[in-house]
Formats: sequence, C-alpha cells, structure tokens
Amino acid sequence: MMLGRISRTTAALVVFVLSVFPVYWMVLTAFKPTKDIQSETPTFLPIPLTFDHFGTAIAAQGFFSFWRNSLLVAGGAVLLALGVALLAAFAIARLRWKGRRAFVLMVFIAQMTPWEALLIPIYVIARDTGMLDTLWILTLVYFMMTLPFTIVTLRGFLAAIPVDLEEAAQVDGCTRGQAFRKVVFPLLAPGLLATSLFGFITAWNEFAFANVLIIKNQDDRTLPVWLSSFNNTFGTDWGATMAASTLFMLPVLLIFVVLQGRVTTGIVGGAVKG
Amino acid sequence: MTLLAERPVRETAPAPPPRRRRPVLPYLLIAPTLLTTAYLLFYPLVRNVIISLQEFGLPQLVRGDAEFVGLANYAKVLQDPEFWSVVKRTLWFTAINVVLIMVLSTLVALLLVRLGKWLRFLVMGGLVLTWATPIIAATTVFQWLFQSRLGIVNWALVALGFEEYRGYTWFADGDATFGILVTLIVWQSVPFAALSLYAAMITVPQELYESARIDGAGAWRVFTTITFPMLRAMFGLITCLEVIWVVKAFVQIWVISQGGPGQATTTLPVYAFQVAQSLQRYDLGAAVSMLMVVLLVLALLAYFRQLYRQEREA
Repeated sequence: MMLGRISRTTAALVVFVLSVFPVYWMVLTAFKPTKDIQSETPTFLPIPLTFDHFGTAIAAQGFFSFWRNSLLVAGGAVLLALGVALLAAFAIARLRWKGRRAFVLMVFIAQMTPWEALLIPIYVIARDTGMLDTLWILTLVYFMMTLPFTIVTLRGFLAAIPVDLEEAAQVDGCTRGQAFRKVVFPLLAPGLLATSLFGFITAWNEFAFANVLIIKNQDDRTLPVWLSSFNNTFGTDWGATMAASTLFMLPVLLIFVVLQGRVTTGIVGGAVKG
Repeated sequence: MTLLAERPVRETAPAPPPRRRRPVLPYLLIAPTLLTTAYLLFYPLVRNVIISLQEFGLPQLVRGDAEFVGLANYAKVLQDPEFWSVVKRTLWFTAINVVLIMVLSTLVALLLVRLGKWLRFLVMGGLVLTWATPIIAATTVFQWLFQSRLGIVNWALVALGFEEYRGYTWFADGDATFGILVTLIVWQSVPFAALSLYAAMITVPQELYESARIDGAGAWRVFTTITFPMLRAMFGLITCLEVIWVVKAFVQIWVISQGGPGQATTTLPVYAFQVAQSLQRYDLGAAVSMLMVVLLVLALLAYFRQLYRQEREA
C-alpha cells in the first residue's frame, strides 16, 4: 500500500513536470539575463531577474500594430460569430421546425471542417475579391472557424435554461423578444462570455491562414505569424523570443484562469459532445 | 367543408398567429448561419474541387482564365511516387502519434483517478497549462529546448553521459526532427484526451471496481474487463478526434521544419501547401488536399458513428 502510494506520487510529479516544464522554461528564459542564457551550465531559477528581454520584444518594429491586428481580427470574428450563433442557437434550442435535425447535423459537420485543406481556394478567392492582404478576409475566415463551435455551445447553455422562465414572462405580458432579452439573456451571459473567450483563443492562435493571406502588407501581420519569424526579428536572441512568446501566451492564460471551473468540466463535456 | 367554412372567419379575426403551420421565424434565425456557411465554407470547398479539375498555375491565377482538364491533376498526383511516400509517411506519423497519445492519456487518466485531492489538482493544473499553450508559443519553445548549442535538452543529455549530443543539431536530421514533432504533438494532445478520459472514468460506478477487487482482479484485469468495456465508445470517440487532428496537423510542422529536412517531415497538408505555394501549382495542391479530405472523411464517418453510439449510451 505504502509502495503504491509512493509510486503514484512519483508518477504524478513526473507528469506535472513534463507538462509544465516547456512553459516554465519559456518564462524563465524570458526573465534571465543574456549572460545566464548563454552560459554553459543552465540555471533553473530566475535569479537574478531582468526585464530587458521584454523591453527588446516591445521595442521590436511593428510590435504594437501586430497586437492591434490580432485583437481586431479575433475580436471582430468573435462578435460576428456570437451575433449569428445566438440566433441559430435560439432556433435550435427553443423552436420546433422542419429541417432542424438536418441543420444541427450541418453545424456538427462544419465544426469538423479540415481548414488546412481550404488554404488554397481561400487564397484564390481572397485574391479574386481583392481581400488579399487585408484583415477583413482573416476576420471572415476566423468568424466561420468559430461559428459552429459557438452555435453548439450556446445551444447547450440555452437548453440548460428552463423554458418555464420564458413562458412565465410571456404570461406576464412580455413579448417573445422581451422575454428573451430580460429573462434569458442575463442568465445566458456567463455562457456567452465563456463561448466567446474560447472563440477568441482559436482566432488569436491561428497561424496557417494568417501566414498565407497576409503577404505583401507586412504591417498587417498578426502575432502568430510575427512570432513564427522570430529568427528574422531577433536573430538568435532567445531571451527576446521567449519574452515575445510569453507576452503572446498571456491573454490566453488569463482567459483560462477566468474560466477555470468550466475549462475542465464544461468545455471537456461540450467538446466531446461535439 | 368545415375547413372552407372556417377560413373567412380566421382571416377577419383580430390577430391570429400568422401562418401557424409553417413558422417563418426559425428560418429567419438560421438564415445568417446558412449564408455564412454557404459563402465561407461551402463555396471554398467547391472552389477547391473546381481548381483541382482545372489547369491552374500562376498565369491562370493572374489572368483568371483556367481551363478544365478533367481528372488530369488527380492522375498526375496519383502516379507520382512522391505522393505515395507522403501518404505512407502521413499514415505512419498519425499511427505513432495517436498510439502514444492514447496510451499516455489513458495512463494519466488512470493516475488521476487514483490520486488524492491535492496531487490531482496539481496534475490537472499542469495539464490545463499545457492545453492552454498556443501552438505557436509551443513550437517556438520546442525550437529553443532542442537548440543545438544552448538548448536544455542537449545539456541534459550530455550531463547524463551522452557525450555525442554536445552541440547536436536536431533539426538537421530527418528522423530527429520527426521525433521532435511527434513529441510536440503528443505533448499538446495528451491534456485534452487525458482530462476527457478522466471525466468519463469517474462516471463508472465505484461498486463495480470494489466487487472486482473482492474477486481478486488485478489492475490490468480491472481495466480490461470493466473500465475499457464501459468506456469503449468514449475511447473510440477520442481516438477518432485525435486521428483527425494529427492527420491535419500543419502549423507545427510548417513552422518547425517546413516539411524538411529533405522531405523527412512532409505530411499530406504540408505537401499540398508546398505544391501550391512553392511550385505555384494550385491545381495539384488542390487535388492533394481533396485526397486528404477523402482520407479525413473516412475518419470522420467513424467519429460520427462513435458519437452516435456515445449519445445512445449516455
């Protein structure tokens, strides 16, 4: 019994270290003085600690416009997806109509779209419509990427709110729209937040399309593409590269912390249910 | 008769719900979704099929006068031995990754079930952190971990006595790069699979385990006779998802090696992109990506079957 306990604890620590180490090493390198980064024997604690690399990363040319682009593209996509998905989710969760099952099936299939296979046609379409090298096309692509997931999740949140509440409001003289706005919407707000934040992460992290669709206008690049070309930006300055990666990961990490309860339970369930 | 008699009365009634039989509202509500999907998903897919049936290179891209050539592109791709070596590599790459992901995730999930509250919290926190790491951040960090001169991996290997790893250039060797990509993808995929399996495992009634243990069953026997059969659908579901994700893994490979060195890490999505982007043969690239879609649809059908089974069991 004792032996089992020790081996379980050891295994747990090994899993923990293996999963955390790369991220720890990234953050640690970002805070290490260059002298320590380049020393033959690495140090494993952030002593002494420096903010120089973050200064270098922030001072890199175009740093703020890449942030702005990423925020614009991800934010725009999420807002569009929320608006469109809310309507569809309401139709699925609350109304009975012919073709409903077919529609749900379409959403499920759309969610599994292998986007990697659509790089070429979307490049050609963007070129034909003059949207190549603009943030618009990226916003639209991310909008479509996050839409099915948003519909499925919002439908789940909506279905969890009892219809009785809405009906009671309607009995009390609300119209259907008012009932939705005044009763359902406030209850749905946490779900909306969670869903939109996850959509935001998808768009924030996306690389393949940003890499193909923004070519000439280097100022219109997004953070992932900029980070992937860190060799051009920072050369072999690993401290600055890791600082930039850390800054890039920060919003995502914050979102995960905000949603910590849902992350392990709700979203796993949601993701597995499709 | 009664119907006809009633009709005029209904029309003059103050405010009857309009067209009760066929409500318009739901269709209005889904219209934006349908339009968006039609333009941003269906149209690109159809366009991909069309491009794959045309002669479509740089001149056609500029002039926009591509001509249909039937299945010539597919014939060309399918006769190219390079394509088949890419397919073989993709299947191999997928098999290694998925087996590792499923085995490790199962072990981690089984471990989580057996841990006390604090350790479980710690391990789950670590997994969520890994899960939250953006692909681009992870690829950048892995390049740094495996860097030849200052990389921590080489330092650790030398410290353990493997002198030949001093200054070893991982990314110059095909197999080594392949191995790093597998490590990276497994590292990124285990958290989702492990946490999902864990969530499923805790739904198995505790009494079953107890009675099995009373009957003297060991851990392996408990797993093969209780845990796995009970969660068969869940295992199937996650395996399908992982297959799909690994087959279409593009970003990790493209950023780290662009399919190189040589062709050592060129899988189907990377190959399709290389052909289109570097050779500017959009037609052949489209044909390759359509063939990849066919491969994925097979995995997807299996996934939907599992999903259906899971819904019925749940």
